Amino acid sequence: MSLLELAGVTAGYGAFTALWDVALRVERGEAVAVVGPNGAGKTTLLRVISGVLAPRGGTLTFDGAALAGRPAYEVVAHGIAHVPEGRRLFPTLTVADNLKMGAYLATARAHYPESLERVYGMFPVLAERRGQRAGSLSGGEQQMLAIGRALMSRPRLILLDEPSMGLAPVMVLRLFDLIRRVREEGYTILVVEQNVRQVLKLVDRAYLLEVGRVKMDGRAAEMAEQDFVRKAYVGL
Amino acid sequence: MIDPIFLAEAAVNGILLGGILALLALGLNLIFGVIDIVWIAYVDLVMLCMYLVYFLVQVYGWPVWLGGLAAIVFGAALGVAVHLLIISPILGSAPINQLLATGGLLFFLQSFATFLWTTDHRSVRLSLPSLEFGGIFLPLTRVIPFGISILALIGLYLFLTRTFVGTAIRAVSQDREAMALMGANPRRIYVVTSAVGGLMAGLAGALLIFQYSVHPFFGGQFGPLTFMICVLGGLGNMVGAFVASFIMSEIISIAGVVWSTEMGYVIAFVVFIVMIFARPGGILARRG
Amino acid sequence: MARLLGLALVALLLVAPLLPMAGMKQYVLHVAIQVLIWSFIGGAWSLMGRFGLVSLGHGAFLGLGAYGAVLLWNFYGLSPWLGGVVAALLTAVLAAVVAYPCSRFQVVGHYFGLVTLAVGEVIRLLIIAERSWTGGSLGVSLKPAGGDSLVALQFADKRVFYYAALALWLAGLWVWARVDRSMARSAMEAIGEDETAAASIGIRVTRFKIGITVLSAVLTAVGGVAYAQYIAYVNPDTLSGIGVSLRIVFAVVLGGMYAMLGPTVGTALTIALSEYLRIAFGLKLIGMAETIYGFLLIVFIIFLPAGIYGSAREWLRRRRPATVAA
Repeated sequence: MSLLELAGVTAGYGAFTALWDVALRVERGEAVAVVGPNGAGKTTLLRVISGVLAPRGGTLTFDGAALAGRPAYEVVAHGIAHVPEGRRLFPTLTVADNLKMGAYLATARAHYPESLERVYGMFPVLAERRGQRAGSLSGGEQQMLAIGRALMSRPRLILLDEPSMGLAPVMVLRLFDLIRRVREEGYTILVVEQNVRQVLKLVDRAYLLEVGRVKMDGRAAEMAEQDFVRKAYVGL
Repeated sequence: MIDPIFLAEAAVNGILLGGILALLALGLNLIFGVIDIVWIAYVDLVMLCMYLVYFLVQVYGWPVWLGGLAAIVFGAALGVAVHLLIISPILGSAPINQLLATGGLLFFLQSFATFLWTTDHRSVRLSLPSLEFGGIFLPLTRVIPFGISILALIGLYLFLTRTFVGTAIRAVSQDREAMALMGANPRRIYVVTSAVGGLMAGLAGALLIFQYSVHPFFGGQFGPLTFMICVLGGLGNMVGAFVASFIMSEIISIAGVVWSTEMGYVIAFVVFIVMIFARPGGILARRG
Repeated sequence: MARLLGLALVALLLVAPLLPMAGMKQYVLHVAIQVLIWSFIGGAWSLMGRFGLVSLGHGAFLGLGAYGAVLLWNFYGLSPWLGGVVAALLTAVLAAVVAYPCSRFQVVGHYFGLVTLAVGEVIRLLIIAERSWTGGSLGVSLKPAGGDSLVALQFADKRVFYYAALALWLAGLWVWARVDRSMARSAMEAIGEDETAAASIGIRVTRFKIGITVLSAVLTAVGGVAYAQYIAYVNPDTLSGIGVSLRIVFAVVLGGMYAMLGPTVGTALTIALSEYLRIAFGLKLIGMAETIYGFLLIVFIIFLPAGIYGSAREWLRRRRPATVAA
């Protein structure tokens, strides 16, 4: 049984439908990417999975539990952590406080000290800046903090929404190294990215989303050969 | 020329009053910062708590500290009740409807109080001595409440910065959706926030009843003042409200001695209008 | 069809004072005059309200208008026709002073409501504070002109006031219709949707917001003058402060903020309600009438958020099957 399984998911905002009949799965321990152009519905997809947006149709199963339409705070309790687009840190709270909020769940709070040590171990920069306001960190540091915050909830699946957005190219490489390290720690990852080339080097499989539908999917190596990736190089 | 002693006394009295005004302003701001709704009837909740202390202490002879404690608990309960019964159903409504709902509560509370207790003024008689510093007389009935209000404000600060729930409250006020992604049910945080806001109203009521008499339209005295302070400090801005409380209380106190109590309000009004013109975001402007 | 009904309604209103009413005429006229004047005031408020500028401080404009005209007449013998103009100008200045920073710095929603509420309350406190010439909380009576006088706007016969109020009310509807059809309306709606976008296509956001606020304030002041002349007595609690401000807003929202007759419907209903409660309770159970009023206010807002017009329209829409597929 897959860790995460979507079937026939349709979702949108008001009169506008952003996702049509989307099917997707993520196996335990895998790293999967969802790529596609702007406006394809990638962020909407993540919001449906994490419970921020209720789908109009379709099923969503996480580790056997049906989660379609459950509110976000419930979905998190099942073990899905969502690092949102733009990071959405709490700007005037310190690094330490942001991480603390990541451990809001009762189960996470019980293991708070260990989780904190783990995160500081993976991201020593955060340990150095623990008393600093999150809003004053650099882009790369903020992304680290956002990922660290997600890890505090002791998730089984981590959703990453456009993690490279707004980062300088040097930082992007470092970021993907970081995500690789998170992956090596054993976390299952679903990442949405526009930076096709980089993300395909990182993941096992990928889905191509265009205009709300899954156009293509397969192993990362095969996907990297496809036309749309070559077009993306030219575009970049 | 006014005797400098009177001015000094007024200045100190201003500070003493400022402490309690800060409780009111911060309570209102806390709720607005998190839930994004202004409780127009907030000071009327204070009025109810004042009546409670009056009846418990003056009529039934409870000890003062116990009456105060009862007011705090009652205030917190009122806060939760208002949130669950009135605010919760209209969380998604247009701002105008939300304002009308709390406005309706204002009518309801003031009229109900009139119905229950008539418009007679009630106060609690406490004979406490006054402190004297170089010619300035400070009644203990004002000094002690000030001390308590400062302790409460410190307590609030510690609660918001050191405790888990307090930090969560600050986080929700900055980004509700992100906090939901951390597993926090925003609704539950709203209830806690309303309880804290109500608690502060209750405490303010307990501190005020020993200095002012209560009547159903007490909100008409302190309500506008609280609103002015909140706007002056920047709605939602806790530090701004704290500073603005003392600015306003000083103006009213000193002008009250130099001219008249009412002139104090007039001058505070002028300052308020000027400040809106000059710094509409509040004296320590912070957007959102 | 609607036009025919409208004309019939106006005709009825015109002849109403001439109809026999079994001795109740004075009372009916009294209530009708109040409904007309307060509907006018409600309409003035709705010019701002429909564009998202929710003012909870219209009592300030009402009070300035009423007290301005009354005090100028009492102290200087200035005809309320002129006194009203002076008061309206004062009100316009206050409105501009408040509207300018609010619109430049995008003070909207609850914040704007609170700012206007504070202004309204402060006017009330000012009136009470300056009791030596304003009469304070006890209010002030209009100095009698000694008989009917057009210059002093005082008449013994209620029917004269009735027709004057009717004319005022119709004038208010005319202004509402003009604004509705004007460029200002489209501009304000664009501003309401997306202020930055509106500004980027050249809409002078600040100018429109201030303009609408001043217009609304001036009309409200005129309404205040009218009311003061009719009742011949002003009091800070009935003509300024949060109480009257909230009542105006509630009447408009209840009737329907976006329809021309919305404020009228809402005002008629709320006045009818409070009259009924006042009569039912009389002098017994002081405060109970108001308590019920406040309670109903809360209930209405929670369960009928779109007002009567809005809810009626929704109900009608649901009866009629949708012809456009989603």
